[in-house]
Amino acid sequence: MLKIIRNKLEQGCKTTAYPKEPISLYRRYRGLPVIDKNCHTDIVSRCAAICPQDCIDSADKTIDLGRCTFCGHCETAGNGGFVRFSQNFEMGAADRQDLITDGTLPILAAHAKQHFKKLFGRSLQLRQVSAAGCNSCEADTNVLNTPFFDLSRFGIDFVASPRHADGIHVTGPISRNMKQALLDTYDAVPSPKVVIASGCCSISGGPFYGSEEIVGDLSSLLPVDLYIPGCPPHPLTTLHALLSYFK
Amino acid sequence: MDNLLEIQNGIAISRASVPQVPSDVFFKSLSEFVKNEGYIVQFFAYQEERSYRLLAVVRNTRLFVIGTEVGKTFRSLTGAVSEKFHLFEREIAEQFGLKPDGHPWLKMVRYHKNYTGEKDVFGNHYQDDIPGNYPYFTVEGESIHEVAVGPVHAGIIEPGHFRFQCAGEEVLHLEIQLGYQHRGIEKMLPDLPQKRLPIIGESIAGDTSIGHNLCLCQALEALADIPVDRGASIIRTIALELERIANHIGDLGALSGDVAFNPPAAYFGRIRGDFLNLLQVLCGNRFGKSLVRPGGVTQVIGEEQLRIIREKLTEITPEIEHVCDLLFTAHTVQARFEHTGTVTEAMAKDLGLVGFAGRACGIAYDARISFPTECYAELPGNSNHVTNGDVNSRATVRREEVMHSLKLIGLLLDKYEVFMDSLIAVQMRDHDLKPDAFVVTINEGWRGEISHCLLTDGKGKLQRYKIKDPSFHNWTGLAMSLRNQEISDFPLCNKSYNLSYCGFDL
Repeated sequence: MLKIIRNKLEQGCKTTAYPKEPISLYRRYRGLPVIDKNCHTDIVSRCAAICPQDCIDSADKTIDLGRCTFCGHCETAGNGGFVRFSQNFEMGAADRQDLITDGTLPILAAHAKQHFKKLFGRSLQLRQVSAAGCNSCEADTNVLNTPFFDLSRFGIDFVASPRHADGIHVTGPISRNMKQALLDTYDAVPSPKVVIASGCCSISGGPFYGSEEIVGDLSSLLPVDLYIPGCPPHPLTTLHALLSYFK
Repeated sequence: MDNLLEIQNGIAISRASVPQVPSDVFFKSLSEFVKNEGYIVQFFAYQEERSYRLLAVVRNTRLFVIGTEVGKTFRSLTGAVSEKFHLFEREIAEQFGLKPDGHPWLKMVRYHKNYTGEKDVFGNHYQDDIPGNYPYFTVEGESIHEVAVGPVHAGIIEPGHFRFQCAGEEVLHLEIQLGYQHRGIEKMLPDLPQKRLPIIGESIAGDTSIGHNLCLCQALEALADIPVDRGASIIRTIALELERIANHIGDLGALSGDVAFNPPAAYFGRIRGDFLNLLQVLCGNRFGKSLVRPGGVTQVIGEEQLRIIREKLTEITPEIEHVCDLLFTAHTVQARFEHTGTVTEAMAKDLGLVGFAGRACGIAYDARISFPTECYAELPGNSNHVTNGDVNSRATVRREEVMHSLKLIGLLLDKYEVFMDSLIAVQMRDHDLKPDAFVVTINEGWRGEISHCLLTDGKGKLQRYKIKDPSFHNWTGLAMSLRNQEISDFPLCNKSYNLSYCGFDL
């Protein structure tokens, strides 16, 4: 008992004040890209050529955040001339097309479905389905339950049964071997229900695009309401997306 | 032994020098080797023009390779020699349609079409969803019942199917069927542009991004003769140790949660985040993705990062000690950890368990000591004292490894200082690979021995890419842990191993 008290005193309260107060991430973190549209075409082409995810459109000078793994190779290759990654982690989107960006994203809260806010604004229960996720998306979603983020204080919880859930949160590129289990889980959730695609894998297949063993795009199977980009999305990206879209 | 060729970890050799022996000699050499405290690192098939070849990389205190040509069937060593061959032979059957004759439990590993178009060994046509056509091991009797769990589990974890045969609360047998995470990685890798390889290497198992990608990059470096700066090697070693600490700490917290002792669960959950954040300080990603690339690292440690890491370690080391003390001295925790999920040393040796799970059973093997890469040759090793093979042993070994890794990082940071101003970050670019070459790389990830094996063809194109996650050895260990155990102890046993689903399924 004394040991518990001593540890409690040493640990103190570690919960973040976000979203009431802003929080800044270390400067090496790569969040929403800042794009220079006036950049010379040669630099844009060099960035597009090095991109392992082929997510840079050199004609439109845009990046597809639904494919991007935020590896930062384009920033280094172009010496920051075309792309620089900011520390802005607020990157959720309600529309797939919005993720193909020239550096700006629509304000997520303004694009949320209003009836979802009414239904789920005070209580949102999600069933997480990992469909061939590599366990980094899963791990950084799980982290939302640790004292630093403390997701439950917002009335949002991950639950064990789809019957208790208001929607599903999907990670991974959806292997053929998980497709049916994913659809069964979706069917088991009572309507009205939400579908969240988390991480570039569930949005576009991520690193595994082109493999015959994956579906690759969650929206080809189910109506996706909310997209959370990243490889994996930073826990704060997920937190921001959930709060903006549902609260 | 005479037929085996000794090789070095991470050194490419010409494929012509890999001994090709008649298949009876191959199987005889392998079984003799394995019977004498030998372990399998890699055992796989590949296609050579119109024939099929098997290749085995094995280890005792040294590393060896041997190969042979086989027809559409080959002799199974699983029943006759050792359980160590079990999954490797099933994998060969699934990937290439080659049948191991006399295999005692021949069923699919991951459920996918084979690469060659040969007749399916398991009689599946793959139009149906998983699990397809195969039986589960069943126990029969009036008082026996079966419990099926998964693929979708109750928490935020990866999918897999667990089938328990129980008499009342007691588990007589657990069969673990995976494959739900199969993404076709080995099949797709040889045909991809090089720029995509490290991105996939980092996502083979996201909790082992550094470990797997290190194996991948070291293999490419060996095949393309790319030197790596010593400073970069130090950063890679630090990153691998940070990954180890983060995962062990997270699992100690989860173990605490599984025995309903909440304070350490909350504290370790948060402390794990601090280590992920240190990886973010290193490279901008909490899992170390984008850090390691062929030739070095993409971001170097400057004065600022050095200071942040040092300060964090100074602050957090006593906290970890205190929370560990809280966890391991609580009687209620000891009562649940001790004598739960025991695997004997003899059993562990027959299964070929690796990593902390093996060390918790008394198998001292640590690839950092036996086949050191990067900076490990100059760093002190670790030894474990609680090796009873139960949950308590696995937890204690992890605790000891956390403290050991913290020390290693301190030593590495001291070594790094002289390189700080001269080290240059590398960028991803394509490299020409040696033709007709073979390389195997081994690293001790936090779960244990990770190994990648690459073969190039006459033009220097990748012909075969073989990946082995330590979970490939250890899942059977978890199944054996559950024998004669209460079914309610499953979460605790499972978390004490915390094996990778996607690393196994590939």
